[in-house]
Amino acid sequence: MSGANRLAGAGRLVPARTARFSFDGESLTGLEGDTLASALLANGIHLVGRSFKYHRPRGILSAGPEEPNALVGIKRDSARYTPNVRASVQEIYDGLQAVSQNRWPSLVFDVGALNDLASPFFSAGFYYKTFMWPKAAWKTIYEPNIRSAAGLGVSPSEPDPDSYSARYAHCDVLVVGGGVSGLSAALAAARTGARVILCDEQAQMGGALHFESGTQLDGTDGFSWAGEMARQLSAMDNVRVLNRTTAFGYFAQNMVGLVQRLSDHLAVPAPGRPRERLWQVRAGRVIIATGAIERPMVFVNNDKPGIMLASAARVFLNHYGVAVGRRVGVFTANDSAYAAAVDLKLAGIDIAAIVDARSAPQGPLIDKARVLGIEILTGHTVARTTGRLRVSSMTVAPIAGGSQRAIAVDALLMSSGWTPSVHLFSQSRGKVAWDEASDRFLPGNYAQDCVSVGACNGTDRLETSIAEASAAGAAMAEQSGHKSRGKMPRTKMETSESWGGGMLGAAPGAGVEAKGKAFVDFQNDVTAKDIRLAVREGMHSIEHVKRFTTNGMATDQGKTSNLHGLAIAAEALGREIPKVGLTTFRAPYTPVTFGALVNHSRGELFDTTRRTPMHNWHVGQGAVFEDVGNWKRAWYYPQPGEDMHQAVNRECRTVRESVGLFDATTLGKIEVVGPDAAKFMNLLYTNPWDKLGVGRCRYGIMLREDGFIYDDGVVGRLAEDRFHVTTTTGGAPRVLNHMEDYLQTEFPELKVWLTSTSEQWAVIAVQGPKAREIIAPLVDGIDLSNEAMPHMSVREGRICGVPTRLFRMSFTGECGYEINVPSDYGQAVWEAIWERGEPHGICAYGTETMHVLRAEKGYIIVGQDTDGTVSPLDAGLQWAIGKKKTDFVGMRGLKRADLVAGGRKQLVGLKTTDPKTVLEEGAQIVADPNQSVPMKMIGHVTSSYWSENCGHSIALALVENGFERTGETLHVPMPDTTLAVTVTGAVFIDEEGKRLHG
Amino acid sequence: MLLIHCPYCEEERPEIEFANAGEAHIARPSDMDGLSDQAFEEFFFIRSNPKGLHYERWRHIHGCARFFNALRDTVTDRFVATYKTGEPKPDIAAEGKDQ
Repeated sequence: MSGANRLAGAGRLVPARTARFSFDGESLTGLEGDTLASALLANGIHLVGRSFKYHRPRGILSAGPEEPNALVGIKRDSARYTPNVRASVQEIYDGLQAVSQNRWPSLVFDVGALNDLASPFFSAGFYYKTFMWPKAAWKTIYEPNIRSAAGLGVSPSEPDPDSYSARYAHCDVLVVGGGVSGLSAALAAARTGARVILCDEQAQMGGALHFESGTQLDGTDGFSWAGEMARQLSAMDNVRVLNRTTAFGYFAQNMVGLVQRLSDHLAVPAPGRPRERLWQVRAGRVIIATGAIERPMVFVNNDKPGIMLASAARVFLNHYGVAVGRRVGVFTANDSAYAAAVDLKLAGIDIAAIVDARSAPQGPLIDKARVLGIEILTGHTVARTTGRLRVSSMTVAPIAGGSQRAIAVDALLMSSGWTPSVHLFSQSRGKVAWDEASDRFLPGNYAQDCVSVGACNGTDRLETSIAEASAAGAAMAEQSGHKSRGKMPRTKMETSESWGGGMLGAAPGAGVEAKGKAFVDFQNDVTAKDIRLAVREGMHSIEHVKRFTTNGMATDQGKTSNLHGLAIAAEALGREIPKVGLTTFRAPYTPVTFGALVNHSRGELFDTTRRTPMHNWHVGQGAVFEDVGNWKRAWYYPQPGEDMHQAVNRECRTVRESVGLFDATTLGKIEVVGPDAAKFMNLLYTNPWDKLGVGRCRYGIMLREDGFIYDDGVVGRLAEDRFHVTTTTGGAPRVLNHMEDYLQTEFPELKVWLTSTSEQWAVIAVQGPKAREIIAPLVDGIDLSNEAMPHMSVREGRICGVPTRLFRMSFTGECGYEINVPSDYGQAVWEAIWERGEPHGICAYGTETMHVLRAEKGYIIVGQDTDGTVSPLDAGLQWAIGKKKTDFVGMRGLKRADLVAGGRKQLVGLKTTDPKTVLEEGAQIVADPNQSVPMKMIGHVTSSYWSENCGHSIALALVENGFERTGETLHVPMPDTTLAVTVTGAVFIDEEGKRLHG
Repeated sequence: MLLIHCPYCEEERPEIEFANAGEAHIARPSDMDGLSDQAFEEFFFIRSNPKGLHYERWRHIHGCARFFNALRDTVTDRFVATYKTGEPKPDIAAEGKDQ
């Protein structure tokens, strides 16, 4: 038996197909196809959670995605735990484990419920007003404690082991919602041959036909008709039918985001099967057929377990075969709740009474209820309910006044009418309009190529809905270029359903005078009183009321509460509802997992990792890597027993004494080619290029138009019309973009072509006094002698039998070469050089040593010693500016008043008084350490290292008027001490540059 | 995600293929060397930053790599027109009418 409240012969599930599941450790039986909500109700369990703020016992309000109360944690194993799952949406499977949330020590006895007794102190805005002093306590004491007392489930503590997939899809017509309107629209569109995608969030198509027992379509019951329609559609080649798929976001240009749940309903998901799939659908046209959501009644104690929406009780009965109670009361202002009473009565359930706030409701459903002998109290209200963990009675009272009567119930159904689901329409930036006649917001002006049909469009009558949906389907397909083929067969229909009536705001008796809590927003514990208080405290816009009370701000986004909240605020303000305004609907419609959104972009796939062709060699040598942009660069190569400091010192010494090998592949490389190449280089770099001979290199500086350094690098001229330009590692993409920008838009008349060659060349820097000796035997066709190939020259030839562009250049101050070979040969050439160098004591050095060696020579690193406010003059590089040039990018910028004025920060060297002290990079510099705080800071340290070769620490710094301060003593205040430093030139080794030419 | 019509590819492509490149129709003065401070300020620093229709540059950086111009509404994100570099501005008044 799958629960005592499962009625024999009722519902559509197969009694023999049971599934075991647990709730808070208790083992229970449900049926395949049950939601957790229906399975719990079948077992007589209404109490499923505690409320957010007051820890009040809460039950199941709905049978759909609008559920605010029944949030549970679903646990598959230790890593697969999902908090805040709506029990009304989660399908059960054999072995499902569900746990209740926000209660301690147990669901039945919850200490936090003391909040409910203390609730007079916990009105809206309470936290803001109370925890104001001392200010510092908010972050450390108040907020953490409030957050742990209030709240929802806990996040899983382990990484998500599941996989998620993603797809882009295109279609002519996307239909959102598989109810009677959506199915009719999809079929009409599909019959034209248009590509159609139909999605619905439920396991099966049908929408309201899940519960509408009174509807017959084409001679069969509504739900069977929906199943048949779905089968027909699925069989068509041009149609994709997606169930368990929520359209959660409507973005620009008809891009709709869908999440398809693939395995959360399966007992044993196939290994490797994704848990969810994210669809990004670009639809020619969108048909929104999202239906309507029933609203609760707002009355005192309307939140007790056992009190639920009338339509939910019908779903549980008609689809799942579950009776939500044995003696059921109904409180309504709307016809459709009568149908729930009739269905339950016919199933043998006792209906205690129907309480209708309307004075004289009329219609066939009301008559039917009367004929069945159900007591109908018109012009009455439910003043309050009683019951601790489940509703036990409702107190009814005539609205006009008179004696009250308590009626025993074990469930209470409520309906104040239906709210059209305009969420997606509103997300599409359509403007909703208030419909005076029916008291609701309906789609008004459309902003995108979409149309709303059926209940979400305010179309109440079934036959009108079908006609409207079919016409929309055909029209949308036609607009995307598909001709309709013959007349749609008319759907024959019969229905006894009626959606008439309804009310907004607090029920009679739950006005200002009422004692007790009449909940508007169940999930955030917002009462009618809170909203009135917000208005009294001066919140006049619904956006302010919303934020002050948090009405509609929970994970259900106010699906059942927004309109009531708005109506209560409007009443308190004495203004009409449309004048108070509606809050904006935003994506997502229902919560979306991070897994679905992050999707494949995790771990290795989160971001690109770039590795040089020699990467594996570095790994083999035990290199420690650092991340530079997307690159993995060898940082240093510790030998056994060495720490970083020792390794770097050894590497630094070896390069200056013998030779070192450095992987410089990550440098950006751009080939600038064409008859106007030199002209183009003249415009993009500060240097003059016309006189640079073929085979020679030059250090180039690139500025922005404002005169500040943008990038730098060595440029080799390979031919009159061909330059090999290098850029900083991180700068390669933006330098190419910068060049392309000027070439395409400012100097389009120049005949120049730019090609990124960063990936094509592996670059091996061989640096040190023995560099030439080591590579010479490997090189073919290039005379390496000082005379034939001096410092700053480039030759093309072969090395180890492969083509090379061989640069004689140096970022270390030593005689050195940068050997460019095609990437595929990088490691082979590297290893050949290594082998030649081993007898000479060659070392591989990493980026740390490279940094130290270049700082010993005062070579800047753009982005470390410059920060986007440093001009070449500030950096001491005026020699690199072509004096006779009439234009280059940044030339005018260099003449700006601020750049030529005194007091600029200039790049200098610093020596500490104690040679062993290494300054901290970023440390501030002051002239007088004894001045009062805040001190005037005149500069900062940009680079700082221990220099093994100098035998003392070295630093580069940007200092106000630095060039004039050589020899001056400045001070670097640190937390525990103040360090004295002497200003020096920026070059610490071989100032004349003799070693370069060795 | 927006679809942007590349006037060179003559195709609508997703936004992730493109990069914005700031306001359009700001020509780099040809007499840079002799430019007054005020003229340089206007050229380099001053931008219209309108609420509404904005002429701006885009680059189809992960496609044909060309820079082109666009007329986009900064409120709705709607691209009213895209056109090749060097082509004249579309007339806002005329484009505005079909909205």
